[in-house]
Amino acid sequence: MADASSERETPAKPRLLSDPKFRALVFQIIASITVAAFIFFIVRNTLHNMESRGISTGFGFLDRVSGFGILQSLIEYNETSTYGRTFVVGLLNTILVSVLGVFFATIIGFIMGVLRLSSNWLISKLAATYIEIFRNIPLLLQIFFWYYAIGFNLPGPRQAMSVGESLFLSNRGLYLPAPVFESGFMATGLAIIGSIVAVIFLARWARKRFEATGQLFHTVYASLAILILVPALVFFASGSPMHLDYPSLQGFNFQGGVVVIPELFALVLALSIYTAAFIAETVRSGIQAVSHGQTEAASALGLRPSWTLRLVVIPQAMRVIIPPLTSQYLNLTKNSSLAAAIGYPDLVAVFAGTTLNQTGQAVEIIAITMSVYLVLSLVISIFMNWYNAKMALRER
Amino acid sequence: MSHDFAPLPDLPPPGTTVGVIGWLRRNLFSNTINSALTLFAIYLLSTLLPPLFNWLFFKADWIGDSRDACTSGGACWVFVSARFSTFMYGFFPDNETWRINLIFIALIACMVPLFIEGFRHKVKLGLFVIFVFPIFGFILLFGGVFGLEQTETSQWGGLTLTLLLASVGCVAALPLGIMLALGRQATNMPAVKSMCVLFIEFWRGVPLITVLFMSSVMLPLFLPEGVSFDKLLRALIGITLFQSAYIAEVVRGGLQAIPKGQYEAADALGLSYWKKMGLIVLPQAMKIVIPGIVNTFIALFKDTTLVIIVGLLDVLGMVQNALNDPNWLGYSTEGYVFTAFVFWIFCFSMSRYSQSLERKLHTGHKR
Repeated sequence: MADASSERETPAKPRLLSDPKFRALVFQIIASITVAAFIFFIVRNTLHNMESRGISTGFGFLDRVSGFGILQSLIEYNETSTYGRTFVVGLLNTILVSVLGVFFATIIGFIMGVLRLSSNWLISKLAATYIEIFRNIPLLLQIFFWYYAIGFNLPGPRQAMSVGESLFLSNRGLYLPAPVFESGFMATGLAIIGSIVAVIFLARWARKRFEATGQLFHTVYASLAILILVPALVFFASGSPMHLDYPSLQGFNFQGGVVVIPELFALVLALSIYTAAFIAETVRSGIQAVSHGQTEAASALGLRPSWTLRLVVIPQAMRVIIPPLTSQYLNLTKNSSLAAAIGYPDLVAVFAGTTLNQTGQAVEIIAITMSVYLVLSLVISIFMNWYNAKMALRER
Repeated sequence: MSHDFAPLPDLPPPGTTVGVIGWLRRNLFSNTINSALTLFAIYLLSTLLPPLFNWLFFKADWIGDSRDACTSGGACWVFVSARFSTFMYGFFPDNETWRINLIFIALIACMVPLFIEGFRHKVKLGLFVIFVFPIFGFILLFGGVFGLEQTETSQWGGLTLTLLLASVGCVAALPLGIMLALGRQATNMPAVKSMCVLFIEFWRGVPLITVLFMSSVMLPLFLPEGVSFDKLLRALIGITLFQSAYIAEVVRGGLQAIPKGQYEAADALGLSYWKKMGLIVLPQAMKIVIPGIVNTFIALFKDTTLVIIVGLLDVLGMVQNALNDPNWLGYSTEGYVFTAFVFWIFCFSMSRYSQSLERKLHTGHKR
């Protein structure tokens, strides 16, 4: 009797093979070995193939002279620069396109998203048409359209379209007036930085006062006043130490000013219009996610419509909007690589394209290019996650 | 002394709140800003639309076979009609194009029952379309057996290639994506989980264009000497790996949406891991991720245009190619508008389908 009951109390130890922990361990070891063997196989093949084709390895090529020019460069660059500098030029051009694209796409996207929800039937339908047309057409096709079909058919410099004799759009690109800074501009620069710092402190103070007393302070108007008035006063007090360099037609093209090359123009246009269509949908669904009860409660409390929007709807909508907005920014950054198709000198075009063709060091170059995009994606998601955490609902 | 209370008949509502006028007042002229916006929009439309429609339809040239037929100043659709077969079939031999048509007709015939409400064998048919149909399609397209003339992959192009890349990429990525999603959910196996996370995040973090570059220049280096892949196959491998990461994330969303009770119930029944996943979790999860998969398919369908970069000629590539023909210089707008229309039809109808599916499947899975 005693034997039987103790047998029942201590069940037989399960067989090792049916122990979930042991099985998980075995499975992981098998999986790791398979992956390691696969990587080893690839690395061995690659090394062997490169040796037999006479391709050198290593990153020494970055110090060699590139010998080709680049259409647009934000830093000093010419044919005698190194491949390392080519990489930097391409990277800066990629960042330029991404930043411009994110800026315009956000503006167009938010406007279109709000218009989509307009009570005006015609406006709402127009916004819907915009969204449905542009997000259902491949981005590359849109880039080709703006670049080849529209850009190539713009008038030449002599018949350029102009706005107020300072902005010129022709098939050579968009010419804008360039600011030229003179020696005394330092004071204005300091004033701008100082007023930005002042605005940040003002916003903090206003928020603290709002949380302590409930009194609202019009931070927006005050900040705008500080940001515009203070630098303007300093600027004129120091004798206007800056002038605009207007582009002017000389010979067959414009001289002076800054030029937005047609490739950049078409690329930014296509990227922002395409991404804005997605952002508009994000904004629309974010605003619709704020339940109507919230707006009604706000008006029951006696909040003005503008306050309802600012204090009730937008903070709640932003929480829904930010995560998909982040992925749209990531998509835009990755899509900026389509620049290569129309010859805009971005990272893929000058580095994974021209440099790869000249040096043949495929493995290193593709690895560098891919890691750049991975790092860019990581930076954007870290920043947006930080912003999201700041905006997230703080449950009390 | 009772007199019947007979109410007067209801007065009609004020004329300005019903009918066309009421609708106009409510929707277009509800306040000053709206009225101004409406008038501005009407002005914009009336200046932009007539020239657009004139160019597109009324002044366009439709009939002819060379650029001499384009005289009226509108769009020259002759360019599109003259090149139509290359846009659709690429450089496929002219007398073999029936094979491509047959694939499409068969595919549509297989797909139609999937949309019919109450058709009993949807799952079986779906599995047939995903796993058996591609073999049939490949035999027809490639030929070389059953007396069919063999074709080269370099002859495949146009819309055929676009659809081929997108559908093969998506179907091949499906099993891989499901395995990756399961791996990412396997919390008791940290090594497997971290490998899956690394794989997924890597492919999601890089642009497709670098993936295509990689598959065209690096893949040949990865293979043992003497083994070489066709250009199309290399692009397909890149697209499949890329797409599998996106599908994995969609499937993960579905796995997370299944209530924990389902997992626990399967464990309580003593089902093994694969039985639990295959019989309980995945059938429910796959049902709710169909809209998400359709959305990634749409994204991939648009992205396949990038294969131009590695020298494959999809429908956009064929149009670019035709635009370089000296006989047809200067008709880029027509070419792009036509291609945009083709893509738009596909993407718009698929996204509408995915939206309606989402509404239909919305019930019963929200916690």
